Amino acid sequence: MPKVTYVHPNGAREVLDVPLGTSVMRAAIVNSVDGIVAECGGEMMCATCHVYVEPEQLGRTPPQSDDEKAMLEFTASERKPNSRLSCQLVATPELDGLVVYLPETQV
Amino acid sequence: MPAPVVAIIGAGQAGFQAAASLRDSGFAGRVILIGDEPVLPYQRPPLSKSYLAGQSRADDLWLRPSEFYANHQIDLVCGDPITAIDRGQRRLHLASGIEFSWDHLVFATGAGCRPLAVPGAELDGVLTLRTVADADALRQRLEEAREVVVVGAGFIGLEFASVALARGSLVHIIEVTRQPMGRVVSMPVSRFFTEAHIGWGADVALGTGVVRILGAEGRVTGVETTDGRLIPADLVLICIGVIPNAGLARDAGLTVDDGIVVDEYLVTSDPAISAIGDCANFPTPFAPARVRLESVQNAVDQGRCVADRLAGRPAPYQKVPWFWSDQGDLKLQIAGITIGHDQSVLRGDPANRSFSVFCFRGRRLIGVESVNRTADHVIARRLLAGDPLLSPEQAADESYDLRAHARSLTGR
Repeated sequence: MPKVTYVHPNGAREVLDVPLGTSVMRAAIVNSVDGIVAECGGEMMCATCHVYVEPEQLGRTPPQSDDEKAMLEFTASERKPNSRLSCQLVATPELDGLVVYLPETQV
Repeated sequence: MPAPVVAIIGAGQAGFQAAASLRDSGFAGRVILIGDEPVLPYQRPPLSKSYLAGQSRADDLWLRPSEFYANHQIDLVCGDPITAIDRGQRRLHLASGIEFSWDHLVFATGAGCRPLAVPGAELDGVLTLRTVADADALRQRLEEAREVVVVGAGFIGLEFASVALARGSLVHIIEVTRQPMGRVVSMPVSRFFTEAHIGWGADVALGTGVVRILGAEGRVTGVETTDGRLIPADLVLICIGVIPNAGLARDAGLTVDDGIVVDEYLVTSDPAISAIGDCANFPTPFAPARVRLESVQNAVDQGRCVADRLAGRPAPYQKVPWFWSDQGDLKLQIAGITIGHDQSVLRGDPANRSFSVFCFRGRRLIGVESVNRTADHVIARRLLAGDPLLSPEQAADESYDLRAHARSLTGR
């Protein structure tokens, strides 16, 4: 099962086993990782599951859809080149070892 | 002085959010969240979309896992309806016999399906869709259903119809008005979706009502319509809108008028009681009259608004309304409230299945309905948060850069 590391703004790290086909967002919700709000439930209608992907790993993540790019305009914390909606990061073998940084705030 | 107690009636999206946000805001008192369904708080939108289509599981519906509530000191009570509210004593009575005292009470009681008052509505195979239990029953019936009648072409009816069509069922949609989703969307969007459903194979009867539902041995066999047709059916979904759950509030003497009446701070006629979500009737800068909105956005943002007030940071509720609906390959996104517009312009071409309708009242932009066009929706939400300063001519001109327009106003 791919392992994903969530790094909190204070540096604390949580490592989760994310089942294949489950999003990085949903895994965080199910495991009560604070810092992922996911207001719309993964429908790309909000930007409250915003994460920063470890820049070196960006190439391993699935490409951004136009909808995701558009919705990233609503992030409450600064949008950066490595900003993603974690609902769109669905676990695959390639994402094993992924590190995502949680923003200061989601709302 | 003992820590204050906030009791929240209703553990749907709004009630859950109020409880979670109270803790996020540092509220130090006790938080009690009481729901009448025997399950953890869950998301309703997938019930007529991915969950119904079998693309997501029950585990994907829970808003948070059970440990979340204990970890955040939220006393969650599931499957125990409120039987009475004693405002004088500030006490709640639950069906199980439990009682709670409260200092502030929040109604987040949601809404229930409006019943169809025709003979045969009680037959086996005539269903409604509101709860996860309803969705489970509907999903099971849909496995075997060959011919389906959908009564009411609102969001739920059309989302269900698109799932049933994709499964290969024969689908008849019966709508008493001439305009599907007409209570909420503009004429061009209504027409577009009507034609889309016809294109997917639905039989759509507008301006048509139900005379009676027919059955044999207690099971539904068909529907008789006001235009004299007898449509065979082994599954009938009644989805003709909802009625806000305001009975408890009315019995408690609160002002109720299409929902529980609240002010701009979401306070009821009793300053110690608030109402949020589907059950609340509130004033808004986004419409000339009071509204009652049934959406995730409204539930979440009103939950936060009440939590902030109870945590000592009161502010009027002024969030831009937004909404979405998934039907087949079409995603409808609405920003603002378009009801009552006196002018609408198209941006994009419906023939390409990607367009927006910009709606104006007195030349001021009041709402935008987008089909497969998220970029417009995002800009609309940003524009509507302030004075949009967008003319109908600019909106209709595809060479006019809306993004630059939004940036010039918001600086972002």
